[in-house]
Amino acid sequence: MPGPTVTWYLAVSVVLFATGVLGVLLRRSPLIVLLSLEIMLNGANLALIAFSRYQGRGDGQIFALSVMAVAASEVVVGLGLIVALARRKVALDVDKLTTLRG
Amino acid sequence: MLLASFGNFLVWVVWIAAAFACLGSGVAVVSFTNPFYSALALIGNLGSLAVLYLLLAAEFVAAAQVLVYAGAVMVMFLFVIAYLGGQADAPWAGGPSWQTIGAVGAAAALLVEVVVAIGLKAGGRLSDEADVRRSFGGPAQIGRLFLTDHLLAFEITSVVLLAAAVGGVVLGAHARRGEWGSAAPERRRTT
Repeated sequence: MPGPTVTWYLAVSVVLFATGVLGVLLRRSPLIVLLSLEIMLNGANLALIAFSRYQGRGDGQIFALSVMAVAASEVVVGLGLIVALARRKVALDVDKLTTLRG
Repeated sequence: MLLASFGNFLVWVVWIAAAFACLGSGVAVVSFTNPFYSALALIGNLGSLAVLYLLLAAEFVAAAQVLVYAGAVMVMFLFVIAYLGGQADAPWAGGPSWQTIGAVGAAAALLVEVVVAIGLKAGGRLSDEADVRRSFGGPAQIGRLFLTDHLLAFEITSVVLLAAAVGGVVLGAHARRGEWGSAAPERRRTT
């Protein structure tokens, strides 16, 4: 019996990505939208690492590490925005944040 | 032969446990009402993903995942949620609205699209993976790749992190002054 192939990991990664999309579209709290974004990024990371193992080359892992750095940066800026919004007493609800609407 | 078969069986057991923990905690992040519980579920998600990375011979990425994500990023998330007091936001309350139906439909459409694309492009050809050496995915290989083939990506990553640090400081400074424009009077500067 062989071990789990790349296809199985890809299935997990696709379902994880769809879960993240659902969270981004469904939730109203910007904090949980950020958490769902992390799920999407991790789904992409899993696919990258699965293909890296399949090809036997390390480039996919380099890409995954770069994605991790970008995700950390995105969290810093996103959380900074959310804290700034909360200090201005703006409602933390992405349906009500319509100030930029033209 | 029997030993190898038992090893693969063990790999399957670990894989199934990690994959279901990963998907279950992902759904939990999306459906928990309290953001604090969502963040805790995301830590579980990241941990089980690190197990999957270990099964894919990506030891360094798994360690970085636990240190950077489950350690640093999630602690920052939990601090912010504790600071803001975590308003409840029930995603499934009040019956199915058109927004809920639209969100579920869009996510399902994306799922089907990706599955069909992968199936058409690589259906049945992803079964035999390459043989890798024991050093595959270790810090030595990652470091060598980062400093030779992917040096530009390495440098760009440092610039991105610097930009994020500057952005965080700027946002925090503006939030502390309580205004973004020039409407409120400037407070006395304490040096």
